[in-house]
Amino acid sequence: MSNNNQPVVRMSGITKRFLDITAGDNIDFSLFAGEICALLGENGAGKTTLMNILFGYYTCDEGQIFIKGKKVNLSAPKDAIARGVGMIRQHFALVSSQTVLENIIVGTGSGNGIFLDLKSARRDIVSLQERFGLQVDPDAKIWTLSVGEQQKVEILKALYREVDILIMDEPTAVLAPAETDELFKTLKILVKEGCSVVFISHKLNEVMDISDRIVVLRAGRVVAEKKTAETDARELANFMVGRELLDNFEKKHITAGRAVLTIENLSALNDKNLTALHDLNLVVRRNEILGMAGISGNGQRELAEILFGLREPTGGMVKINDAPLKFGSPTSAISLKMGRIPEDRMDTGLLMDLTVEENLILENHSTAGFHRYGLMNSKKIHRFSDELIAAYAIKTANRDAVTQSLSGGNLQKVMLARELAGRPALVVAAQPTRGLDVGAMEYIHQRILQERENGAGILLISEDLDEIFNLSDRIVVLYEGRIMGDVRCEDASREQVGLWMSGVQH
Amino acid sequence: MIGFRLTKRKPLPGWARIVIPIAAIVATLILSAIPILIAGGNLWKSYYYLFHGALGTRYNLLETFVKASPLLMTGLAVAFAFRAKFWNIGAEGQLLAGALTATALGVSLGGIPPMLVLPIIIVAGFLAGGLWAAIPALLKTKLKVDDVVSTLLLNYVMIHIMGALLFGPLQQPDSSWPRSSAIVEAANYPILLARSRFHLGIPLAFLAVLIIWFINKKTTFGYQSRAVGVNARAANFGGINTTKVILWTALISGGLAGLAGVGELCAIQRRLIMDISPGYGYSGIVIAMLGNLHPLGVLFSSLFFSVVIVGAQTMSRMTGVPTYIAEVIQGMALMVMLIFLLFTEYKLKRVRKK
Repeated sequence: MSNNNQPVVRMSGITKRFLDITAGDNIDFSLFAGEICALLGENGAGKTTLMNILFGYYTCDEGQIFIKGKKVNLSAPKDAIARGVGMIRQHFALVSSQTVLENIIVGTGSGNGIFLDLKSARRDIVSLQERFGLQVDPDAKIWTLSVGEQQKVEILKALYREVDILIMDEPTAVLAPAETDELFKTLKILVKEGCSVVFISHKLNEVMDISDRIVVLRAGRVVAEKKTAETDARELANFMVGRELLDNFEKKHITAGRAVLTIENLSALNDKNLTALHDLNLVVRRNEILGMAGISGNGQRELAEILFGLREPTGGMVKINDAPLKFGSPTSAISLKMGRIPEDRMDTGLLMDLTVEENLILENHSTAGFHRYGLMNSKKIHRFSDELIAAYAIKTANRDAVTQSLSGGNLQKVMLARELAGRPALVVAAQPTRGLDVGAMEYIHQRILQERENGAGILLISEDLDEIFNLSDRIVVLYEGRIMGDVRCEDASREQVGLWMSGVQH
Repeated sequence: MIGFRLTKRKPLPGWARIVIPIAAIVATLILSAIPILIAGGNLWKSYYYLFHGALGTRYNLLETFVKASPLLMTGLAVAFAFRAKFWNIGAEGQLLAGALTATALGVSLGGIPPMLVLPIIIVAGFLAGGLWAAIPALLKTKLKVDDVVSTLLLNYVMIHIMGALLFGPLQQPDSSWPRSSAIVEAANYPILLARSRFHLGIPLAFLAVLIIWFINKKTTFGYQSRAVGVNARAANFGGINTTKVILWTALISGGLAGLAGVGELCAIQRRLIMDISPGYGYSGIVIAMLGNLHPLGVLFSSLFFSVVIVGAQTMSRMTGVPTYIAEVIQGMALMVMLIFLLFTEYKLKRVRKK
């Protein structure tokens, strides 16, 4: 773990823009031989983008890259691999119907001509396994392996390509705790054998455990660079979430009323059958905005999907105004007067290929007044949609314009107009302003506050701490499917919330 | 190096929906010149006889409608299913189910009032096709069985059921051929125009166009099936019972195909034979795509197909170009239309690669 003066990787002045978003802004980054360097930051801070540049997956707009002292020009991952840089992504690039051995050698051109030389490849892989302690059966099919074992295959794949600079993008996100421990052991062996590792993460505890040095990114810039031994979780949390001034809205003081949403002992699995929610308990009251902070992937999606009627939990109970929610049934959520703003509005919320009107009536088209004997009552429907378009100032050519033609902010207005039209008792809004410009964001915030004044209870699930602090009456933090903390907004500090978001309980 | 990339384009104005199919047909006829020339035909003479043979005389014109009737029914069947993203490749089997039911009733309903025979046969034929299509719909919604595969394979199941019945209980007594007895007089579709085969099935098919257009445009069900078709996840999120919508879609789609079978049996063959359909169910897929899944589009594309099929007979007789050219033109039409449709949504952009 010695820091030689000569870094194995030096990136200087790296800038990368995507259309009008700057994902990397004049970043300097170095990796030294034999160290584990953690790249820490919130989602969207630019960690993965920076490493994608080092891996040759993106090219940078400005800046220079030196690997092992030589200036390099990386235009594809194969250029990076040729210089010993490997990257393991969150989503593995493995062929699940093939064996470990086949996956490792694919594309390396081992063998002579058109014939594979599996024998010598196997010998090489077994010796790598012994050297690095990565025990996986080379003849096992990938689909039979656990996620942790698949990750080992990915590491072997990199080592087989003689990679000695290994980038791991949130490697623990998909792992169970015991597998994480094993991964950390592997990483320690790797650096002992001469590799250098970049460890991308937003989990403070893990970063403190495994890294030698920590670089913190925020909004595309390096905000701190520290030896792990010389810092602590609290300081890092501050760097990560920043201390920005709050521009407070005019929020009327209203005392929260009785409970409109009660969640009891809710447990659920995610799509990979890992625990997503663990015995969750939560209450949202009338006239109250409950802000749920947390880094995405900690169970927010699953919670929202359960409330929306799109996913069935493994246990627990959800009540809206004392009536039980029927799981797996969007109709139940609708009839219990839940206004639902899904995170992926273009995929789940809206019918992008249909007209604005057809989207506005989605939940009402079969209610009385909109049809008679199965025939659409177009006069009433037109009046209804024209009213909503006017009331929400939706910028569209007319009610018959195809929804795809609307801007992001107006799409969200269509979503809101439809969901709030029935005067909901409860609003569940998941990342309601993600990807929106400032004007649209402000409009959405005003609408949410208005619903609060109208007497609805609001569950606001958001990654955006400014949004959480500006709107919420109460803040909870979701971390690995559990509530890490619960605090009234006035008593909350960003530092505390930031620590909770990173899984630190103090 | 210069490369090309497809990029999404803005939605085209309404008139494009009319101009594009016409342009596609013109392009098809231009491209079809190549195989006609290869076959040694004189181009202008060939095209003259192609159209003259289909439209030039009263009898030929009415024959074109006779041919269009089953194509229109199966085309509508497929288009209605595809709009809701129920990939019904099984119109052929549903057509056979309709024809089979019509035969079973048609040979045995001699004893009841003649007025009732045809209505019973039509309803039963519709139901038979619909229920045959409901099987893959159930498999899809309940067990997530791929509908492309199940609808396609059920065609073969139905062919063999038909074969078994034609060699068994439905076989004409004293015949060694796989064919049924003739259906009773009351089960025949009436001929509506003298000295032709213009039968009841033709106005029925046109009526079906109107009904499907009406369902799509005016009813709650049409709205729901449109929603399920463009995004089943969002439709479900909005409270639409997607299972129900897909089942009803299958029932109606299969029913239309079943009616095509009833028409072929009761108006043309009047007894069941193994070759009752020369693949109308499969042509229906092409016709539906060519008509952009719209009922009026299907009407025009089925008419185009029957013009080509009927006209190719005359063309072949007069110029020696084989009748297979009709199938080449059909295939070409589909390719051209698919390419044209691609460019209604995307445009080709030149990009410079490093």
